[in-house]
Amino acid sequence: MIAIKTEELTYTYSAGTPFQKTAIDHVNLEIEQGEFVGVIGHTGSGKSTLIQHFNGLLKPTSGRVLINGTDLWAKETNLREYRFKVGLVFQYPEYQLFEETVYKDIAFGPVNMGLSPAQVDERVREAANFVGLRDYHLQKSPFELSGGQKRRVAIAGVLAMNPDILVLDEPTAGLDPKGRDSILGQIKRYHRERGNTVLLVSHSMEDIARYARKVLVLNRSGVAMYDDVAKVFSRAEEITRMGLSVPQVTRIFMGLREEGFPVSESVYTMDYAREELLSLLGKGAGNHA
Amino acid sequence: MEDIISAERVVFGYPKEDNQLNIVLRGVSLTIPEGQFVAVLGHNGSGKSTLAKHFNAILVPNEGKVTVCGIDTTDENKLYDIRQQVGMVFQNPDNQIVATIVEEDVAFGPENMGVDPAEIRRRVDESLSDVGMTEYRTHAPHQLSGGQKQRIAIAGIIAMRPRCIVLDEPTAMLDPKGRREVLSVIKRLNRENGITVVLITHYMEEAAQAERVVVMNDGELLFDAPPREVFSHVRELKEVGLDVPQATELCWQLRQAGVDLPGGILTEAEAVAAISDALRKKGVGAR
Repeated sequence: MIAIKTEELTYTYSAGTPFQKTAIDHVNLEIEQGEFVGVIGHTGSGKSTLIQHFNGLLKPTSGRVLINGTDLWAKETNLREYRFKVGLVFQYPEYQLFEETVYKDIAFGPVNMGLSPAQVDERVREAANFVGLRDYHLQKSPFELSGGQKRRVAIAGVLAMNPDILVLDEPTAGLDPKGRDSILGQIKRYHRERGNTVLLVSHSMEDIARYARKVLVLNRSGVAMYDDVAKVFSRAEEITRMGLSVPQVTRIFMGLREEGFPVSESVYTMDYAREELLSLLGKGAGNHA
Repeated sequence: MEDIISAERVVFGYPKEDNQLNIVLRGVSLTIPEGQFVAVLGHNGSGKSTLAKHFNAILVPNEGKVTVCGIDTTDENKLYDIRQQVGMVFQNPDNQIVATIVEEDVAFGPENMGVDPAEIRRRVDESLSDVGMTEYRTHAPHQLSGGQKQRIAIAGIIAMRPRCIVLDEPTAMLDPKGRREVLSVIKRLNRENGITVVLITHYMEEAAQAERVVVMNDGELLFDAPPREVFSHVRELKEVGLDVPQATELCWQLRQAGVDLPGGILTEAEAVAAISDALRKKGVGAR
């Protein structure tokens, strides 16, 4: 099943004024249900504009957006439903916390969906658990928490709606490596256990390589590539020309190939890189000293 | 060479509701000589931003002493002098830009210092040229990319002619190209203009390009050495929630698995050379 489909999707900011700017231009895209997609593109490539169409925050200037096969804007009264089906976590979501307690903040979505108090309670606890928040955090004010924990609360607030499609816009910007690995690991686990569709917008190619299965590359208001991670990162030169980059291990393997060694073209994670080199060097996996 | 910044056993805490202090710096001593490029690493909450804010007297120590170009930062009469010597650049470029035209924004600092208009003109032009943004001088800042905005913020600082710039995660919100642009500007200002640079970052590949890497952990200095030495402590860095560049990590993992590689690999090129050697020794032929 196709979770997200766009047909000739175009969006123009400030149309009809001297500041008119087309941020996405005739985008055609199909994302399968259950996919984990990394979204990359330089600043101004249209990433944020595109994802804001997926739950109807922006209305296409022309073209259509279909979620699970239905046109989002066919009947505007149904729009609210898509706000729950498609969960959007914005950049620096910790600035959007507002409730007195962590519990109430996470409960805001489920309460608005009209769930019973018992269901809300279950959703809140499940979502908090997914992001690694403990029971004693729930009664605290979100403003007493550290930046990393606040961000977890904000993400939990979206997970609590149990969206079919989860879109995260740079969820790890400004976090240290440990905080980054922990939040992305939790999102990966959520994806694995729920089988829902996840879109991860990131400027970190290393994170995309590690967590996503497919990569959507946006460039100059359009889709430049949509393919498996390995295939995308094997086109390093094009990627770099678009103002992006490939993971450092990938560049090391490109260097080894230039030296003439018979190594694979599409190495993009540390584990893959180590195993490939160890097998070439005659020290197979499991042979750790 | 003269020390630009010197911190002696600095203790600092943020006040809590009950009038107690939430201690963030636990006796940090550090001196930064003029002209150095220092990267500061540390997990969120390790105290690195708090330390940086001591470097231009945004914060002053509860105990210990910080001097900037020889001036004690607790001397309120000298605040202006201190801020003029040490400029700060923050994470979010949108919070640092005040004017609606690029060159007016760059002029803001020197104007406030009462610099002569002809001199302001000269400084604005020079600063924009130093960050490679001359052609955008009449543009509106909000129409620029993140990397370009951050370069404007840096130009605004260097127009005040500081001897030192402290940058607090200046690339955290930027795309890879923006990161490359900002880092190359920082390196050039350090190398060609002799400006002392303190760069706080979560990107290990950026820190690897500094002369010196300071690692903070729970309000104390954990390491203070050249990057090659600091990044050889792979296990300890991971334990405090940090990382090493992928080139270092890959070679370290191969060494752990018994491959004969030199230690202290820092860059892509070094990794390629070292792994190539190991492959050749094993008779894995280049085609």
